[in-house]
Amino acid sequence: LVHKANIMKITDGLFMQVAKRVSKDYPELEHNNMIIDNCCMQLVSNPWQFDVMILTNLYGTIVTNLICGLIGGPGVISGANIGPRYALFEPGTRNTGTALVGMNKANPCAMLNASADLLSHLKLDYHAGLIRDSVDKTVNVDKIHTEDLGGQATSIDVVQNVLNHIKAAAK
Amino acid sequence: MAGNLMKPLTGLAKHASAAASLQAVTTRSVSLTAANIPMARYGGRHTVTMMPGDGIGPEMMSYVKEVYKHAGAPVDFETVTLDPSTDNYDDLYNAIASVKRNGCGIKGNIETKMNRPDIKSRNVEMRNELDLFVNLIHCKSQPGIKTRHEDIDIVVMRQNTEGEYAMLEHESVDGVVESLKIITEASTERLCRHAFEWARANGRKRVTLVHKANIMKITDGLFMQVAKRVSADYPELEHNNMIIDNCCMQLVSNPWQFDVMILTNLYGTIVTNLICGLIGGPGVISGANIGPRYAVFEPGTRNTGTSLVGMNKANPCAMLNASADLLNHLKLDYHADLVRDAVFKTVNVDKVHTEDLGGQATSIDVVQNVLNHIKQATK
Repeated sequence: LVHKANIMKITDGLFMQVAKRVSKDYPELEHNNMIIDNCCMQLVSNPWQFDVMILTNLYGTIVTNLICGLIGGPGVISGANIGPRYALFEPGTRNTGTALVGMNKANPCAMLNASADLLSHLKLDYHAGLIRDSVDKTVNVDKIHTEDLGGQATSIDVVQNVLNHIKAAAK
Repeated sequence: MAGNLMKPLTGLAKHASAAASLQAVTTRSVSLTAANIPMARYGGRHTVTMMPGDGIGPEMMSYVKEVYKHAGAPVDFETVTLDPSTDNYDDLYNAIASVKRNGCGIKGNIETKMNRPDIKSRNVEMRNELDLFVNLIHCKSQPGIKTRHEDIDIVVMRQNTEGEYAMLEHESVDGVVESLKIITEASTERLCRHAFEWARANGRKRVTLVHKANIMKITDGLFMQVAKRVSADYPELEHNNMIIDNCCMQLVSNPWQFDVMILTNLYGTIVTNLICGLIGGPGVISGANIGPRYAVFEPGTRNTGTSLVGMNKANPCAMLNASADLLNHLKLDYHADLVRDAVFKTVNVDKVHTEDLGGQATSIDVVQNVLNHIKQATK
């Protein structure tokens, strides 16, 4: 749990207390907390100490963007907005990407991964697996990288590669 | 019930009085000079308040005294201890009175007990009372510390007295807590003026303002607007702004685009710690808390270092660099350079690294090396 309870004692203090209370119901899971500024410093020097993180809205956007920066950019990671009744899927770092409109340069992987998450949510696991594997192979095996990942490929190149993998797997 | 209603109002009144002080601040030079600050200086020797704080603070302060002695700095320390476990604030107000008397101070971090919401943070209280409105941290890559990014040189100007640290919280309804974030035009204006003046005086090119104005449209929106207005007076300096989450992502992928940064209190601590993590840890960088009349120097990332107490493992460079900043502030530039060069050589040439920098040296090894360089230079 990430907080700033030494300053926002009541607000973040409550956040922290509730998490402590809930963690007691899960004794097999280790629970600790960290102040947000120290957390950012730890993330850039030793990110492997983190597993699952609970954060407030603002700290969450900061840490998400930080980690996405560390792992190679916002072009790949997808995010899920989950509620008791509904769920909404989107690219993890919520970028509008206005500078890239119509240039065929934006990385489609984040949105495609979000679409795979959507399929998992609908219990269409076979199809979700198809898409997610294709994107994974495109980024990590074939290494079709758009400009944000340091490559020269266009958005359409990436999508074409994903479609090829799907065709090969669905044969 | 009525008592709860009154508390936030008196807190707000404190911030409103900052507006009155803006008049006084803008008519004099914002950058502190020896003529502006009250200096306790008798017989050529300065008296400076020393607040060791908790954790590794006291050890670090003893090193500062040792280094000053060898450098021959004409500085005497008035040591004020602060006990975070007491409920009354007498020691805190003693410390504040001492800094007001001496004009400047050097401090370690004072631990804030998290389980008592009614106990004020002594660090925050001190900064507010002394009106230390800007926290200036110069984050510079150290050539002797191996990091993924090299040649980072970013100056962080962090708002130091308000913002998210206004400490105005209340529980309106059971289980629903509110926290007020205060941004005043007056404090933002003097922060921005200080940042732009400093950037101009030190040959910097770009001043970036970090905000979250797409969500906090009025609060961070005001912060951003004031900066835009002030930037018009400094046409030779480039001014841009960036959203805090994108900023963190940019910092880890392309930190060289940043030069001088203006941030609110909370974003400032996050970004400072982030950059210090990128350049090799909090053990080296020092920070200055500056106000219209007083200045207090401390390690840049304000760590208490409780886990390292008495182990002779903590990195003393941050506190020693802070002591060098203090000497510059007192216009003892010769002594400041002595100390700063010795620390620089220790970290980057001799590479005497403590555990946080991946080395095996003890704190005393580092201090000894610094003293050796000073002795060499003063022969």
